[in-house]
Amino acid sequence: MADVLVVSELKDGELKKISRELTSAARKIADAIGGKVHTVVIAASADKYAADLKAVGADAIITANLGDFNPEGYANGIAAIIQEKKPAVVLIPHSSQGKEYSARVAIKVNAGIVADAVGLSVDGGKVVAKKPIYSGKAYANFKISSDIQIFTVRANSQEVSQKEGAGSVEASSASAGEVRLKSLSKDLSGGNKVQLADASIIVSGGRGIKGPENWPLLQDLADTLGAALGASRATVDAGWISHSHQVGQTGKTVSPNCYIACGISGAIQHLAGMGSSKYIVAINKDGDAPIFKVATYGVVADLFEVVPALTSEFKKVLG
Amino acid sequence: MKIVVLVKQVPDTETSIKPGDKSINESGVKWIISPYDEFAIEEGIRIREKSGGEVIAVSLGPDRVVEALRTAYAMGVDRAVHVKVDDYVTFDSTYTSELLANLIKAENADLVIGGRQSIDTDSSQVVIQIAERMNVPHVAMALKLEFDGKKVTATREIEGGTEVVETSLPLAVTAQKGLNEPRYPSLKGIMSAKKKPVEVKKPEELGATASKLEVVSLEPPPPRVAGRKLEAGDAQGFASQLVKALREEAKVI
Ligand SMILES: Cc1cc2nc3c(=O)[nH]c(=O)nc-3n(C[C@H](O)[C@H](O)[C@H](O)COP(=O)(O)OP(=O)(O)OC[C@H]3O[C@@H](n4cnc5c(N)ncnc54)[C@H](O)[C@@H]3O)c2cc1C
Repeated sequence: MADVLVVSELKDGELKKISRELTSAARKIADAIGGKVHTVVIAASADKYAADLKAVGADAIITANLGDFNPEGYANGIAAIIQEKKPAVVLIPHSSQGKEYSARVAIKVNAGIVADAVGLSVDGGKVVAKKPIYSGKAYANFKISSDIQIFTVRANSQEVSQKEGAGSVEASSASAGEVRLKSLSKDLSGGNKVQLADASIIVSGGRGIKGPENWPLLQDLADTLGAALGASRATVDAGWISHSHQVGQTGKTVSPNCYIACGISGAIQHLAGMGSSKYIVAINKDGDAPIFKVATYGVVADLFEVVPALTSEFKKVLG
Repeated sequence: MKIVVLVKQVPDTETSIKPGDKSINESGVKWIISPYDEFAIEEGIRIREKSGGEVIAVSLGPDRVVEALRTAYAMGVDRAVHVKVDDYVTFDSTYTSELLANLIKAENADLVIGGRQSIDTDSSQVVIQIAERMNVPHVAMALKLEFDGKKVTATREIEGGTEVVETSLPLAVTAQKGLNEPRYPSLKGIMSAKKKPVEVKKPEELGATASKLEVVSLEPPPPRVAGRKLEAGDAQGFASQLVKALREEAKVI
């Protein structure tokens, strides 16, 4: 069998963009190796998702009723589906959940795994995965020799392309089974309105914003663009914002289409987290700041003047 | 409690990396303990200081990783084990986790702690794979750990916030920044670390099967050319130029 299986991800009951990205990528791989695309949706029914997934290449949409996220439960259920479908290639989002259950799935199905791939191509029937290593200072290409090849894939790294699949729907009997980690409570109060990891636009602030009272300036721009709010470590260490906003080596790795860095110098550890963004905008008073070496568009100016002007300009054109 | 802390040696982020055909040119590379593993070492030592037991630092890699184990000794671990393998098989998380899990099973450890990811490959795989191989639960991205006999209550980072979870020993944990503040090795610790023994284990002794990963090639990162600095007289000018560039040229907004 040379099928490709995708595990999709939902947020608040809606398909995340990465689910369409991975199904599109799976379609290309399946066409190259001569197989079908199965997309697993972790939900009780596929009614809401089937048309979307069919349009980007899913031949089969498989529902798996695994309940709320539990790393062991998801791993049990997904491994069971893999064992039943025997795909050659499995694509999983490199999200905070995907990272966790993929590790267990790889062992359960005795497969090699490449995590955090940003490029997928096919050579001699095997997938070649490209991934940044050493904080993005090198890229490695890997092939997996086991029968099943698993890849976790970074959000925004794959194009969504419209190529219709057969789009059948089936329910899987896979279950979460026994789990040994019990969730007692969750606190989502310090979080972002838009999740950083899969945001396609990020507005990010550094020490240049001067103090926590100035976040609303950036949040306003972020809200206007439907963007997530990011931060440099300097602002997190100063206690201006929670660590969940931090981008960089010791924060989150992001790959948005557009990263707007406001008052961020562009230290190597910050670049390690956002250097693969498609377009980078830097707003910084200091024309020699290292961020300008990677910025597609540089604005040498005071952010306190430019950011509000930018927000009102976008409000005008985006209506 | 018997605790294994996993210590990976990685290039310092500030180090310049020159990718060769299938490996990097190591001359001039400054090697450090992967920062998240420092939280793991610290947590292991703190748990032992509170409730007794033994902390074993384990590092997998070529000969130079012994330096990382000496640092772990200087911080206060009780024993050190070097799993001696060529550096590039450490790209293969399933191979690495197999060797380490076999070692940990033989040690009968109650608790395994590693970093949430190593900063060379950023894969976040090895510790959780070890949990699966040991058939024990895991807590990823731990910010706080509390033990009450075999019962464990932990706070961990999740997307958008934190979660409190409950589980039991034996257990594997990945450390997130915030779990603790790693101590600096004392001078006395550094001096005595030099004389302490480092056990060496070969893959054959640990029952290794073959690596499942092939490094096809390494390459430099795609060139990121500095773009252009916009020219404008005032903030309004910058704003309208930027909106135009992002909408008409880049077409991202
Ligand atoms: C092990 C390690 C891990 C690290 N991990 C991370 C990480 O994950 N993420 C991270 O970000 N950093 C990380 N760092 C820290 C990193 O080295 C930098 O210190 C940090 O990124 C600097 O943050 P900054 O750019 O906000 O602040 P600064 O370097 O102080 O830069 C502030 C910038 O704002 C500009 N500015 C000031 N006022 C204005 C204004 N009015 N208008 C416009 N511009 C203005 C200045 O010109 C300057 O360029 C790490 C460091 C280490 C050692």
